[in-house]
Amino acid sequence: MENYMKLEFPSKSQNEAFARIVVAAFAAQADPTLDEISDVKTAVSEAVTNAVIHGYENKSGTIVVSATLQGKRLEVTVIDYGVGIEDLEQARMPLYTSKPELERSGMGFTIMENFMDEIDVISEPGKGTTVKMVKIFGKKEPTET
Amino acid sequence: MDAKFVRVGTTLIVRMVGELDHHAAEKLRTKIDAKLKREGVRDLLFDFQGVQFMDSSGLGMVLGRYKLVSAKGGKVLACGLNQRIKRIFEMAGLQKRITICRSEEDALSGA
Ligand SMILES: Nc1ncnc2c1ncn2[C@@H]1O[C@H](COP(=O)(O)OP(=O)(O)O)[C@@H](O)[C@H]1O
Ligand SMILES: [Mg+2]
Repeated sequence: MENYMKLEFPSKSQNEAFARIVVAAFAAQADPTLDEISDVKTAVSEAVTNAVIHGYENKSGTIVVSATLQGKRLEVTVIDYGVGIEDLEQARMPLYTSKPELERSGMGFTIMENFMDEIDVISEPGKGTTVKMVKIFGKKEPTET
Repeated sequence: MDAKFVRVGTTLIVRMVGELDHHAAEKLRTKIDAKLKREGVRDLLFDFQGVQFMDSSGLGMVLGRYKLVSAKGGKVLACGLNQRIKRIFEMAGLQKRITICRSEEDALSGA
């Protein structure tokens, strides 16, 4: 099975739920477990929230979420054209946040890393950020005969 | 996200229903902070029984309330966490600051 989808929406916080639900619905065709779907929902929520809060600093901008499915392999990409990240290594450290005044926990990237199989972040200051994540479904399931 | 507030003695209980993400957390924290200012509230208990989804914005909201409440000598408790939410709490080490209980009864009786 091979399939893809692409979604574009403004950087409003209401769209965080919308985006994760759409990706979860798209991924459902690969028959993931409930846990796997929750992993994907949580990771997408983190990436989209980061685009809203950090990428666009709560101002308006466009967020693009796309996904492809190849068999049991889901690849999700979240793009913003916002401020970008200066120091990626620091940004990805557990508990690091550049916005403690907004009550951020600094756990977004850590959650994405833990819940997905791969994560790749490409960012350029002043240009924006792309977060690419991969989830392979059915890794933990016992093989049925 | 929907939230109901109940006061038992000096504890304010927040019964949340729905998904606790950034959008919901921003709204909820304003409501909680208004209630916390009321006379006689010392401790805060988050009941997660009705929460199916939480991401790191939920952690930030809980930690923010912990700062307010602990600064005034109160404590923050959480109950009804599903496995996933518990795992997210533990990833951030929240269990060191927040008392995690099974149910509201356990939390209120100090079990
Ligand atoms: N899309 C983005 N654009 C700009 N900066 C970002 C983006 N995503 C993450 N960051 C930076 O990385 C840091 C860590 O992100 P994260 O782990 O999600 O924690 P938090 O969102 O709680 O700050 C953020 O505080 C921010 O500085
Ligand atoms: Mg984040």
